[in-house]
Amino acid sequence: MHIVVCIKQVPDSAQIRVHPVTNTIMRQGVPTIINPYDLFALEEALRLCDRLGGEVTVLTMGPPMAEDSLRKALTFGAERGVLLTDRFFAGSDTLATSYALSCAIKKIGEAWGPVSVVFAGKQTIDGDTAQVGPGIATRLQLNQLTYVAKINEIDEEAGTVEVERRAEGGVQVLSTRLPVLVTMLEGCNEMRRGSLTHALRAASADITVWNAEAAGVPDVGSCGLRGSPTVVKRVFAPTPRAEKAEEIGRAGMSHEELAEAAIDELFARHPTIEADLRDFAATSQEEWR
Amino acid sequence: MSAKPSPPPAAGRAGMRKELPEHFKAYRHVWVFVEYEHGAIHPVSLELLGEGRKLADKLGVELAGILIGGTREALLAAAGECFEHGADSAYLVADKVLEHYRNQPYTKALTDLVNTYKPEILLLGATTLGRDLAGSVATTLATGLTADCTELAIDEERSLAATRPTFGGSLLCTIHTLNFRPQMATVRPRVMAMPKREAGRTGQIVEHPLNMAEEEIVTKVVRFLADRDSNKAQLAYADIVVAGGLGLRSAENFQLVKDLARVLGAEYGGSRPLVQKGWITADRQIGQTGKTIRPKLYIAAGISGAIQHRVGVEGADMILAINTDAGAPILDFAHLAIVADALEVLPALTRAFSRRLSVNRLAG
Ligand SMILES: Cc1cc2nc3c(=O)[nH]c(=O)nc-3n(C[C@H](O)[C@H](O)[C@H](O)COP(=O)(O)OP(=O)(O)OC[C@H]3O[C@@H](n4cnc5c(N)ncnc54)[C@H](O)[C@@H]3O)c2cc1C
Repeated sequence: MHIVVCIKQVPDSAQIRVHPVTNTIMRQGVPTIINPYDLFALEEALRLCDRLGGEVTVLTMGPPMAEDSLRKALTFGAERGVLLTDRFFAGSDTLATSYALSCAIKKIGEAWGPVSVVFAGKQTIDGDTAQVGPGIATRLQLNQLTYVAKINEIDEEAGTVEVERRAEGGVQVLSTRLPVLVTMLEGCNEMRRGSLTHALRAASADITVWNAEAAGVPDVGSCGLRGSPTVVKRVFAPTPRAEKAEEIGRAGMSHEELAEAAIDELFARHPTIEADLRDFAATSQEEWR
Repeated sequence: MSAKPSPPPAAGRAGMRKELPEHFKAYRHVWVFVEYEHGAIHPVSLELLGEGRKLADKLGVELAGILIGGTREALLAAAGECFEHGADSAYLVADKVLEHYRNQPYTKALTDLVNTYKPEILLLGATTLGRDLAGSVATTLATGLTADCTELAIDEERSLAATRPTFGGSLLCTIHTLNFRPQMATVRPRVMAMPKREAGRTGQIVEHPLNMAEEEIVTKVVRFLADRDSNKAQLAYADIVVAGGLGLRSAENFQLVKDLARVLGAEYGGSRPLVQKGWITADRQIGQTGKTIRPKLYIAAGISGAIQHRVGVEGADMILAINTDAGAPILDFAHLAIVADALEVLPALTRAFSRRLSVNRLAG
């Protein structure tokens, strides 16, 4: 089975700082990582291959340095990495990104065999839109399975797949036909450790680098800034609230006194909370009887 | 395979052009996709009707609720609820193949409606259903979609200004879809306020056919397993939420949060590191990558108030912070603060609340 996993290299956002004056992101020196949500997708893809045989192609679109994220994915056992990089792709929003990626996935299928499953992470930590996966599915006419918690069954010969999908208020068990696009829910598996063999291979592996032409993108006008219907007009820092919290109590008060003082203040400021609590207390005590 | 029309390629430097292309000028009115499942409207859809009402008034156009589902009668009843929450009209697509949510027929239903009636703005809840649907619909229509907005406004040029957090919440950005229609946006539950219900308010109903047979739909729903722990859904809608952070220092100490929550009839939650440590489950995480809450009272114990946490709780009427550090960022946006050890204050609050509430009951 041939599986494509789309990953994104993102700045480790725990370490991002915003310039206090210019309000721009200070990316310098911020380490990059594979988008954490994508690792659940990669692990699931590798597990499918362990179980059923097959290979995983990892695909990313980004600047040349995004090659690092592909190499990292190879250390876990992916077969090959494809980097999609071109100035035409710069400034892509989700619509333009899903366009470029779907062209590349088509090309990957032609080069290394038909693709049965395309995986994507649930969302990214930097853009956080959760839209690229559905965009790819729509463009390639793959059956779309988002927020998948578990792949129950996959039968390549019969061309069928059954999954458990997180829905509102419960889990939907869905059955559909291959090929599919799957976005994995976080926490559904745990990324394996890379092996030494894979690490050695990853270090020297040839990463396939495609520009728009090599990836078979028919219309560069649909890529990058030009192909993006959305425009970012303003970037700004959140405005701080004017007043600070009022500190309850005086020095030397016991915890018991502090708690009482806090409740007094709370009820004075928000009388409906007191009324609600009394209602709740009355009904719950009746239930105990 | 499904026969979805492939989106037309965008031409030229379209996103940046000034003038709205001629064929989009006919697009009018604000639409809210109303999520109707298992016999109920998702509250986020009513919140969006409240927000959509403001946008429609600003634009001087109508607000419509879009209802897609399996039975006509159920959708008609739901339409009544939409009118009472501010909608002027409701578009209905009722067909038994739409009984349970599936991407393919819902995408067809919604894109057909848009192509027929041409709204200028289309809002959806950022739920697992709304996000699944929004991405497909926007791609099929080849238009812009802004996810997880925290603020929606109309600028001088009648354009939707959709503001959302970016880079993990450290910055906000305002995004426009200048030259494509409809302008699409998703908003997470509880980010917008619930509008007041106006009993007896009515509106116009427009019905539209799906024209799709079950045989054309590739994906089948085998089963639906409803969540046993209904609390999962309730955290976002609780009136009182008690939460703990790393300041509690151990999983055992988190019991103090649950104890206080029980006495208050509240839901409990926590900051993200507690999920990562396994002290609480992921559905109890509060913040940008967890739940957004809007309770009357939020009690945060041992939580520093990082921006990613803050954006999830700012809608609370009253925030009480318990923190040993008077300089913790949470004191910048909490209303009340107890600067002391949460491990002592939490049990003291639990005792004090139980005393008060039982005394009040006897006296009352
Ligand atoms: C992309 C991204 C998304 C994120 N999403 C979320 C999210 O959705 N939700 C979220 O919560 N976080 C999120 N985070 C993490 C966030 O940045 C913070 O790291 C996290 O909120 C901090 O958790 P905390 O307040 O529990 O811990 P800390 O920041 O370590 O704070 C602990 C606090 O406890 C206080 N304290 C210590 N001892 C005591 C005591 N005995 N009594 C009282 N107080 C005490 C300390 O003074 C301190 O203020 C996200 C981060 C990133 C990068």
